[in-house]
Amino acid sequence: MNAFTYTRVDDVASAVRSIAGDGAARFIAGGTNLLDLMKENVERPSRLIDITHLPLRAIEPTSDGGLRIGALVTNTDVAYHPEIERRYPLLSRAILAGASAQLRNMASVGGNLMQRTRCAYFYDNATPCNKRTPGAGCSAIGGFTRYHAILGASEHCIAVHPSDMCVALAALDAVVHVTGPGGERAIAFEDFHREPGNTPHIDTNKRSDEIITAVELPARGFSELYAYVKVRDRASYAFALVSVAASLRMNAGTIEEGRVALGGVAHKPWRNRTAESALAGQPASRQIFERVADDLVRGARDCGLNAFKIPLAKRAIVRSLEQAVATNRGGRP
Amino acid sequence: MGQHEIGTAGAGPPAVPGRTSVMLKLNGVARQLDVAPWTTLLDALREALDLTGTKKGCDHGQCGACTVLVDGHRILSCLTLAVMKDGAEVTTIEGLAQDGALHALQQAFVDHDAFQCGYCTPGQICSALGLIHEGRARTADDIRELMSGNLCRCGAYPNILAAIESVMHASGGVRTR
Repeated sequence: MNAFTYTRVDDVASAVRSIAGDGAARFIAGGTNLLDLMKENVERPSRLIDITHLPLRAIEPTSDGGLRIGALVTNTDVAYHPEIERRYPLLSRAILAGASAQLRNMASVGGNLMQRTRCAYFYDNATPCNKRTPGAGCSAIGGFTRYHAILGASEHCIAVHPSDMCVALAALDAVVHVTGPGGERAIAFEDFHREPGNTPHIDTNKRSDEIITAVELPARGFSELYAYVKVRDRASYAFALVSVAASLRMNAGTIEEGRVALGGVAHKPWRNRTAESALAGQPASRQIFERVADDLVRGARDCGLNAFKIPLAKRAIVRSLEQAVATNRGGRP
Repeated sequence: MGQHEIGTAGAGPPAVPGRTSVMLKLNGVARQLDVAPWTTLLDALREALDLTGTKKGCDHGQCGACTVLVDGHRILSCLTLAVMKDGAEVTTIEGLAQDGALHALQQAFVDHDAFQCGYCTPGQICSALGLIHEGRARTADDIRELMSGNLCRCGAYPNILAAIESVMHASGGVRTR
């Protein structure tokens, strides 16, 4: 790790003031990703601003029937919170599918959103990477691409977003609350993370002088019919090759609304509202699910070793929708 | 209000990162130590406090060998800055035995031959202690899943599982099959 100075702040206004104009400073909360990147010399902040003393640890109901999760609540405390388990079990499942118990005890909600890709070339200072050094080139393209993107990638970056939690938050239409020098604003979850385009060094649409204060869940939690399917190289404690958060609302055998978010396939949790809207008005049949899966993955492009992800994603989508339908029939999602 | 600088030399010339004093309630005893901002809790335990029971395996949060309990929760000390844990209660493997008697988990690891080289063992035991406190594991599969952050290069997993199960059985907390 490089030498840095350490600042502790006790309120949001101080945090925003402290980082203003200091592009080499970083906020630190759980530290599970940032400190790892610092040990690899990928992140070299001149100053760390400790935000763990900010009053952002509450999970509270909102006036419109949703739930507001403070940015510093640990992943563990979100996953096991009684209201999350009861009303947003999809989020619980997704969180518990990620990392290890120790990491979930440390990692914050805000930090989960801000974690960086685990692309091996991004982590390896000896290889060029546009995300690390804009304009340097992408070493993943033409390299070992088993874990890389099949949707929304660019000629500059084929990295994927590693989070499980964020896949569920995308399916739930969560809202991210941030505060910056200009005040507070809310960012729809699907607008929070970015496609790489020609600026893959920018992961999110949160500005660097803004701090995440909360993630808000809307009232509808899809607690009846949901599934989180994660396919990975070992049974636990591994990042997704492909993951799917599926949620359904049904009436008398007909789907009224269906949502599908994909992880492990793109630079951001992947939604395709046009494709998933074809679920509405249809029976919950394998044939329909396969058709929608085809549409969801249409336009996917492999870059060699990840070609298997395209059929894998389709099958995982079908399986997750079938599991979601069976939620209340003993089919453990 | 609300801001405390540590490690700076004040205004003017570029800040020189300095050391700062941190207090840890370590295995029940208050310990004061000076750390640089970048000193991990793991390095503070091993290098400054001479508690080498906590192991440095990967140093990147992938193996679990450095697992300790902070304020009762199992965490990875290699990805924790000591300066951020001022005032925290830290429990390491050295703090488990009481009056010369091994903790039930330590005894169970011996009884079940739950290690070969032993390097991952302090982390396994601290993690298992956290697991039992959390109260989420009911079945053997739950234990496997919730212990997946602790790797054992010797492959002693079946015996580690048996050791943890035996302690949870004794406290009435596990259904094994």
